[in-house]
Amino acid sequence: MVNNIYFAILLMALVTYIIRVLPLVLIRREITNRFVRSFLYYVPYVTLAVMTFPAILFATNVIWSALAALLVAVVLSLLRCKLPVVALAACVTVFLVELIPFA
Amino acid sequence: MLKRDDRVKKEGAGWFLRGMRDGLPIALGYFAVAFALGINAMRAEMTAFQAALMSFLNVTSAGEAAGIALLGVGTTYVELAFTQLVINMRYLLMSCSLSQKIAPETSMLHRFLIGYGVTDEIFGISMAVEGRLRPAYSYGAIAVAVPGWTLGTLLGALLGNALPARAVSALSVALYAMFLAIILPPARKSRVIAGVVVISMAAGAGLHYLVKGLSWSWFTDGFQIIFLTVAIAAVAALLFPVKETQEKEEVSENGE
Repeated sequence: MVNNIYFAILLMALVTYIIRVLPLVLIRREITNRFVRSFLYYVPYVTLAVMTFPAILFATNVIWSALAALLVAVVLSLLRCKLPVVALAACVTVFLVELIPFA
Repeated sequence: MLKRDDRVKKEGAGWFLRGMRDGLPIALGYFAVAFALGINAMRAEMTAFQAALMSFLNVTSAGEAAGIALLGVGTTYVELAFTQLVINMRYLLMSCSLSQKIAPETSMLHRFLIGYGVTDEIFGISMAVEGRLRPAYSYGAIAVAVPGWTLGTLLGALLGNALPARAVSALSVALYAMFLAIILPPARKSRVIAGVVVISMAAGAGLHYLVKGLSWSWFTDGFQIIFLTVAIAAVAALLFPVKETQEKEEVSENGE
């Protein structure tokens, strides 16, 4: 079990830094294996999707505000709004929905 | 006429300033997202210093969010390390692209320093630079983006307590909204990515309730993320291997 938070932070940083720096210092040629390239290409989409849903539903005080924020964020993202705009709009949506006295 | 050293220095300063200029909007976006991250850290009973230190050393929204979530519910070092490895594996591909973008004669020291700042957003602006990527450009972007990220986390962890519960609830969705803003625009252009995103979310929800229903406490959130990522990305890679041109298009689309 994790009993030292600073060691945990350093461990996270070390793993992340090694991932970032290894290709820069080691690989001078492009990866040619198509499966590996394709796998790495899909990783961020799967990871971020899995992290977002269903977790977003339990992030707020009530599930309705989270659902509304999810809808707003999906629509604005599909409309290619900038990242900070989508984030802010989702926050405002949660705030407004939770002002409605129901449930 | 300038001596060669002076000319290199002057050019370096120019690229540093360009990096700072392009890094400014990133810093502002980071600040808001990091503020929410700081609140999450505070809720997971981290101190403001610990949260800020984590942000300064890690500079990764998804990785830190997962780390905070794991630390909040109790985890092991192995699980923590594996989660970072899987969640941040995308940086590996980005750094591969960057290794082709910098000049081959770039020194090892520069390579070690550039590696620190490989984030989704800094990668995006770095690849958008015409010609070779100069280390000075990366340092300029890092010099404004990382303080925005670290200060945002610090203030979120410090002031999150002072905010009313409604405001904290509202800010809690910022990170998830940001993830959607990263994965959905490419999904609109590619049916395969759209399918991967929808299947991932459905599988994520399905597994979440399955694990809950069966009380499989050993199958933690962290390992669920790893399992789903490796499984779905591998199947997608087998069924829909990407073409060189396709990859480049999506990357430039992602560049904010």
